[in-house]
Amino acid sequence: MVRSPEEDRRTAATGAAGQVYEPLVPKDTWQAVLSSMRRRSRSIILFLLLTAAAFLTFVPFAYMLSSSLKRRDEIYSVPVRWIPSELEPLNYVRLFEEIPFARQYLNSAVIAFVVVVSVLFFSSLAGFAFAKYQFRFKNEMFLFVLATMMIPIQVQLVPLYLVVNSLGWLDTYQGVFAPQIMSAFGIFLMRQMMLSIPDEILDAARVDGASEVGIFRHIAIPMTRAGFLVLGLLTVLTSWNDYLWPVIVLRSGDMLTVPLGLAALINVYRVEYGMVLAGSTLAMVPVVAMFVIFNRHFVEGLTSGAVKF
Amino acid sequence: MNWARLLRRSVPYLFTAPYFIWFGIFGLFPIIYAFYLSLHHQVGFVAERSFVGFQNYIDLVLDERFRHSLWNTTYYGLGSILIILPVALLLALALHSPGLRFKGAFRIAFFLPLLTSSVVVAVIFGLVFDTRYGLLNNYIVEPLGIERISWLQDGNFVIPSLVLMGLWKWTGINSLYYLAGLQNAVKDIEEAARIDGAGHWAVFRYVTFPQIRPVILFTVILAIIGSYNLFAEPYLMLSNSGDRGLMSMVYLFNNAFGFAKFTYASAMGYVLFFIILALSVAQLRIFRVFKD
Repeated sequence: MVRSPEEDRRTAATGAAGQVYEPLVPKDTWQAVLSSMRRRSRSIILFLLLTAAAFLTFVPFAYMLSSSLKRRDEIYSVPVRWIPSELEPLNYVRLFEEIPFARQYLNSAVIAFVVVVSVLFFSSLAGFAFAKYQFRFKNEMFLFVLATMMIPIQVQLVPLYLVVNSLGWLDTYQGVFAPQIMSAFGIFLMRQMMLSIPDEILDAARVDGASEVGIFRHIAIPMTRAGFLVLGLLTVLTSWNDYLWPVIVLRSGDMLTVPLGLAALINVYRVEYGMVLAGSTLAMVPVVAMFVIFNRHFVEGLTSGAVKF
Repeated sequence: MNWARLLRRSVPYLFTAPYFIWFGIFGLFPIIYAFYLSLHHQVGFVAERSFVGFQNYIDLVLDERFRHSLWNTTYYGLGSILIILPVALLLALALHSPGLRFKGAFRIAFFLPLLTSSVVVAVIFGLVFDTRYGLLNNYIVEPLGIERISWLQDGNFVIPSLVLMGLWKWTGINSLYYLAGLQNAVKDIEEAARIDGAGHWAVFRYVTFPQIRPVILFTVILAIIGSYNLFAEPYLMLSNSGDRGLMSMVYLFNNAFGFAKFTYASAMGYVLFFIILALSVAQLRIFRVFKD
């Protein structure tokens, strides 16, 4: 009987159900060898296809990174020089000298920080209430929150701009983050997380004289750290990469966020691809770092909506 | 009733109040105000605002550029549903196959585009699609013996270029949605079908597919909404393409913040809102019909 180690592992993993397979293994050894070979070659083909797809996905990043280190004339060389003849940090230097890139980086960080702290706080607060309290109109209120998720940005864009304008908030941080400091999706996600907190723990704390705010701080928050992480990552990612709303609100070079600063480089008289690509590379550093550290949570967070749909 | 008890009963309202207050200011008010604006005519801030009834909506129907932008958006939406989603599903099935090595590494690779700001995507793909220096023409089109394609200038290729870019950016996340669906599907039924002699296709069609149908519906709706929200990439990448790649979000943006036609853009926002709503509802219906 010829079996690949993978199959053995699978049989072992499926346990009792795997036993059903046993009598089905062909008695004829040759046939078994053939089918095992076929299966193996199929998985090799699959592997190669996936590798090719992953390679194609990666090429634009490699191109960005390599061109960000090139002199201007080399960026346009055909065939592409994947490894620049000399590594030039010039584009990076120019980025900091010719536009206020450091300041723009700070702007992005400040806005992302305010948005993420606020979204986490208010989403968990409301999520906790919807998950762990009984009150009148609770279901109606929660349905309303869900319904607000469906409102497309198109219908709000113009009046929102007029609101922010009349508040005198154009070209300010608060103009950017005010419409983003709460999230219906966040409430939905945190409610989901808070549902798993046992009522007994909350009641026990109440008997011990804990206040409701104290319960939220010392029980609900620590017990749903994973939810905080997932929501936090998604919120930072969205805010860091956002373009549409900031470009409406922000004007002056010193107030722009990173994506806006890069876009401004495209729109000026001559496209400075070296600088733009250097900036793009630097813009990706924090999100990629976050992703590498919290890979699993990222995937979980992004797919949580799909499975519960 | 004493104070402590009253306070205690109001706790859930206090905890949820911030969201509703915020939504009132930055959600509900803008929606109502948008409708008010859409019934008026005003250009810029200083000009007088006059009531015109549904004139803006009539103008929209007659606006050739608006219809063109809707067509482009639909074209892109269909492209993403018919190309990106099936590829994503195949990818998910491949990633789901047992015994595949380096699953984690593949997942990371296909996830990376999603971390990229659309501005960065526009920059990179502006270069990828470049007629003279672009990767696509130099490494794929020419070696195949086909004449160079002006991806971002030729009217026949502008939207396909956007779909191609979408393929790069959105395949990964959609396949992760499907993968999550596949991992949630009940395995026993598949095993049972296989033991009963069902082939790969039959197992997929009659056992796996029905189980991930909700996820597919979810991704189709997201794809439709996404096509109406597509902004930074066409806005930055197609600035020299004229109207050939005009997307509805870009047209709305240009009307509102380029020409300061706030009232007209508000009406456009409402029309798009109802189109998106209608398409989502239609999707839900269609998928329900398939179920029966």
